[in-house]
Amino acid sequence: MAKKFLCSLIGASLLAAATLAQAEEPRVVAITQIVEHPALDAAYEGVKDELAERGYREGENLKVMHESAQGNSAIASQIARKFVGESPDVIVAIATPSAQTVAAAARNIPVVFSAVTDPVSAKLVQSWEKPGANITGVSDMLPIDKHLDMIQRAMPDVQTIGTVYNPGEANAAALVELLEEKLTERGLKLEKGAATKTSEVLGAARSLVGKVDAIYLTTDNTVISAAEAVVSVGERADIPVFAADTATVERGAVAAMGFNYYKHGRQTGAMVARILEGADTATTPVEIMEELDLYVNPAAAERMGITLPEDLIKDATKVVKND
Amino acid sequence: MLSEIAFYGALETGLIYGLVAFGIYISFRVLDFPDLTVDGSFPLGAAVAAVLIMGGWNPWLATGMAIIAGMAAGAVTALLNVKLKILNLLASILTMIALYSVNLRIMGRPNVALLGEETVLTPWYELGLKFHQVPVLLFMVVAVVVLVLLWRFMKSETGLAMRATGANPRMARAQGIATGSMIVLGVALSNGLVGLAGALFAQSQGAADVTMGVGVIVIGLASLIGGEAVLTPSTVVRALIACIIGAIVYRLAIAFALNADALGLKAQDLNLITAVLVTLAIVLPGVRTKIAHRLTRKQA
Repeated sequence: MAKKFLCSLIGASLLAAATLAQAEEPRVVAITQIVEHPALDAAYEGVKDELAERGYREGENLKVMHESAQGNSAIASQIARKFVGESPDVIVAIATPSAQTVAAAARNIPVVFSAVTDPVSAKLVQSWEKPGANITGVSDMLPIDKHLDMIQRAMPDVQTIGTVYNPGEANAAALVELLEEKLTERGLKLEKGAATKTSEVLGAARSLVGKVDAIYLTTDNTVISAAEAVVSVGERADIPVFAADTATVERGAVAAMGFNYYKHGRQTGAMVARILEGADTATTPVEIMEELDLYVNPAAAERMGITLPEDLIKDATKVVKND
Repeated sequence: MLSEIAFYGALETGLIYGLVAFGIYISFRVLDFPDLTVDGSFPLGAAVAAVLIMGGWNPWLATGMAIIAGMAAGAVTALLNVKLKILNLLASILTMIALYSVNLRIMGRPNVALLGEETVLTPWYELGLKFHQVPVLLFMVVAVVVLVLLWRFMKSETGLAMRATGANPRMARAQGIATGSMIVLGVALSNGLVGLAGALFAQSQGAADVTMGVGVIVIGLASLIGGEAVLTPSTVVRALIACIIGAIVYRLAIAFALNADALGLKAQDLNLITAVLVTLAIVLPGVRTKIAHRLTRKQA
């Protein structure tokens, strides 16, 4: 009986000590990253900067642990175990493999992922809207809806949109499927031109002439490496070409909305801050990029037979002025 | 300083890499065949197991198929060497490169997730052990079973023929041993074990990823050499136990390095630490015998 009393006394004092300590101790955020890579490093910097802006300053009221697995999945696994063992307030996992190793190790610690394209097929969350467990995050999936908004702002009468893609590229094929779905929702039609290698891109773009009002290119590696071929078809046949990445605008596309990974990290950091303030991962929906950079090329638009509306040009982050 | 979860995590990864070290022991030590195929057969095992599990296969059967796939990869390397007379190191690099494409084809995409699927670990979670102890227990059982089987194999007639092939091929041929077949069998066996390791790793990590094979050979070698430094491999069974011990010691070293914030070490430094460890492991046994020699001389 006395022993039991002593136990509960010790328990109670420990609990009191713990609550006292919690008020003063800094919050701990552990960040694991699969490899050093400019985009992923930028995401990491973004997370830290956003947390700082929201009042979580490293060394004052925030402790940041950061480890990179240098591309080695066994080390990624050990980093995940180390972090779980130290039970930080939030674990941030940058890129899919890191997120999966953390998911396999962490049961109760909140996890926020960043730079993961498809968290559902990576089995990190049950659905985009309701993650369902201790994991949620920010996806770098193309914001196709925003891209379609942009196209419709530039060409309000657009009916049929064409795309050139490589059916052998799994990501590209998945994006085209998603694009078709989104277009159907808006009552628009999709025409597809397939190119399995860069030399076929020109032919695929030509096959769209006469069938489409505009061409939209996703981030398909094969097609983007030969984007000039699509642009030349667009200029000759007066079909405006839009893109998903801003670099293609400098190569002659009319407009594109892209994002950089620093801002991606900032958005992740904002979510981390919400989780630190008590938000539940299970009900925090997975986000896609909110803040996008709009690049427009009015000269290219003229060459493809349209004039961009003034307000679209005014909203642009960058107006490309090449020949 | 090392948390319980990090400690068990190191044991778990160490036991898996112990299987890799078994494979590398067979190729590098028994057969004297420097085989880099493992960088490809590790993710191959993971890919085969993951895809089959997703296809509804029993996880153990899927793991078995991963072993067979690994053996096939090893056989290709050995046949390139034995039949086409390509230098062993080059033959293994060719297979390793080819496997990258093969793995992508098998998975259909760069990453197949297994989180929440039924794996070989699933039934063991019902034993009532802590979440992070379960994989350690299962992988320990697997490692011991493999160790016993390998030990018995090495003592069998075929096993002795294989060891003779590695030790002195001309002599072995003179004794009527088909050395070519022995090399094919040995390298296949070696990569089968690595395929098994890959399959188990994918199941404990929740995903097979096409980049999983990066550096498997170096880590396996480090484990093998480290183990040999700790436990002089005078007999086959000692050599096999050394593989497991070396792999676990290596993983514990990494776990400590990850925790050694006070020393200023970070994960970024691990490759350098690995190189230093391997170098020390190679040099130290020589120093030890030298000291032993001096001591005996003094006594004499």
